[in-house]
Amino acid sequence: MSLLEITDLTVTYPSASGPVLAVRGVDLAMDEGEKLGLAGESGCGKSTLALSLLRLLPRGARVAGTIRFDGEDILTMGWGRLRAVRWAAASIVFQGAMHALNPVRSVGDQVAEPILVHEKVPKAAPRRKVAELLEQVGLAPSTARAYPHQLSGGQRQRVMIAMALACSPRLIVADEPTSALDVMIQAQILRLVDRLVTDRGISLLLISHDLSVLTSACDRLAVMYAGRIVEEGPAGQVFSDPLHPYSSALAAAYPRIGDATARRNPQGLPGDPPDPSHLPEGCSFQPRCPVALGECVRTDPPLWPAGPARRAACVHVRDSCPGAAHG
Amino acid sequence: MSAAQAPAAIPSPRRITWTRRTRSLARFGREYARHRAGMWGLAVLLVSIALALAAPLFISARDLSAVTAPGSPRQAPSLHFPLGTDAYGRSMVAVTIWGARISLLVGLAATVMSMVIGSLVGLLAGHFRAWVATVLMRVTDWFLVLPTLVLAAALASVLHRGVGTVIIAIGVTAWPGTARLVRAQTLTVEARPYIERARALGAGDWHIIRRHVLPNVMPVILAQTTLTVSAAVLAEATLAFLGLSDPTRVSWGTTLQLAQQVGAVSAGDWWILLPPGLAIVLIALAFTLCGRSLEAIFNPRLAAGP
Repeated sequence: MSLLEITDLTVTYPSASGPVLAVRGVDLAMDEGEKLGLAGESGCGKSTLALSLLRLLPRGARVAGTIRFDGEDILTMGWGRLRAVRWAAASIVFQGAMHALNPVRSVGDQVAEPILVHEKVPKAAPRRKVAELLEQVGLAPSTARAYPHQLSGGQRQRVMIAMALACSPRLIVADEPTSALDVMIQAQILRLVDRLVTDRGISLLLISHDLSVLTSACDRLAVMYAGRIVEEGPAGQVFSDPLHPYSSALAAAYPRIGDATARRNPQGLPGDPPDPSHLPEGCSFQPRCPVALGECVRTDPPLWPAGPARRAACVHVRDSCPGAAHG
Repeated sequence: MSAAQAPAAIPSPRRITWTRRTRSLARFGREYARHRAGMWGLAVLLVSIALALAAPLFISARDLSAVTAPGSPRQAPSLHFPLGTDAYGRSMVAVTIWGARISLLVGLAATVMSMVIGSLVGLLAGHFRAWVATVLMRVTDWFLVLPTLVLAAALASVLHRGVGTVIIAIGVTAWPGTARLVRAQTLTVEARPYIERARALGAGDWHIIRRHVLPNVMPVILAQTTLTVSAAVLAEATLAFLGLSDPTRVSWGTTLQLAQQVGAVSAGDWWILLPPGLAIVLIALAFTLCGRSLEAIFNPRLAAGP
């Protein structure tokens, strides 16, 4: 049985101009210890999907479908059980570490916070554990006494990672953990996360718009567009041989070292992502798609199997490989 | 600040907490000493509090009795009475010092009361939103539009006359401003990502309010406290001046009231009017100076790093 199983997840936000579909029928499964990358541009529903995993969406958001974590349905579980599952079973490394830390409390206090919330221990007890956690993420134990504003961006992100590990969760959701950091620090942080997660056998759901980052850090990749997963498969294959035109565009946007043609010719994708309250008819990618066909305007293709462990939602995939090909 | 102290012998958690507390207290003292205005305010406060507490040692009941007053009424300042005498012939020095007792007591107690009510209402209204916020804020608005002085006067006249009544009258009327301020600050803090993070790690409402919202709202509460103390001291003087407190107790307000009753204002007997008036200004100023310094220290973003 998979650790995490999302079936037909739909999230709708109310808005003045009618309901907005942020996530539209997502199916996704993760095994114990697996590293899954979720890619997509801003506003495609990546973060909404991540927050819905722990029922952290703002009041008013309507969620349909099921999210099973270790067999338990997150969406219907009681409040007390949900609080216990939060962080102890699955923790989150948030987007901006700058803002996810309380400016007026010391780093040590905040790393100890999940421990104090989840385990009935005296207040001073987690000190040693905090020092251990900080060391594991490459920070001096004395960092515990510092306040967030005294740390650099990379250090803060390390603190967030230490916090995510505090209760030994089985799944860590990292929502753009490196978006505000420069490239050198990004690489360090990603390597750190990768090592910590692999050592402990924790599953990782890494969310980013950077396909190259995801490819190097994850086993499997899912590409999201306008609230749907449009392609899914082993990380290397999705990056080097994308099947969906949107994945191709994402992959082509990053020059590859050693590939002279790609370096001289990085490709952009013209157009803007669709307005989620007024999605185009048929395939939501069709207005920007360079290889759109007449039928794309009429039908929204589901995810077709496209080779071993690969799926893609494009009519071209259906036409070219009704069983297995490409892969 | 040495990092090597942890792994050596393992002291008990209580001991660790204790050393940490004393250390942070010492650090706080050093920080505070850097604020000169705050030190002035503190000095004025300490001197006034010491004088107020020690007053019974050098001022006897006879000195303050209208019948056995040592001087004749409304004497101008002289060697024997450096600030002259009041309408009963009591030394203005003794009256002013004694007056600090009631003014400080009422000012502080009423402030504590109104800050507790105001902060609690503000925090709850800001955290829970929905109907809790609606109900609490309607009540706050109701108190806010009531003329404070009239309500306090009504309360003071209905309830048993005394110091306790004045404290309650000021305490239950001074909180709405604080509640609105704290609620506004709570709303901005609640919108920050670390609140979402706290929810994500399974924290409950109480934990979020106490651990995340309160520390962030604290500087605002402190600043508001200093202003409220000043206002409460003034309110006490006003109520006493209007004759709504216990007239047998000497306070700055009752002294001014007496001065007004006997026509000291029109007669130009400045020595009866100035000492209690200046004392009120001085105390209010001292609290404000202390409050500013505390705010600068408690807000880590304003403070320098260790």
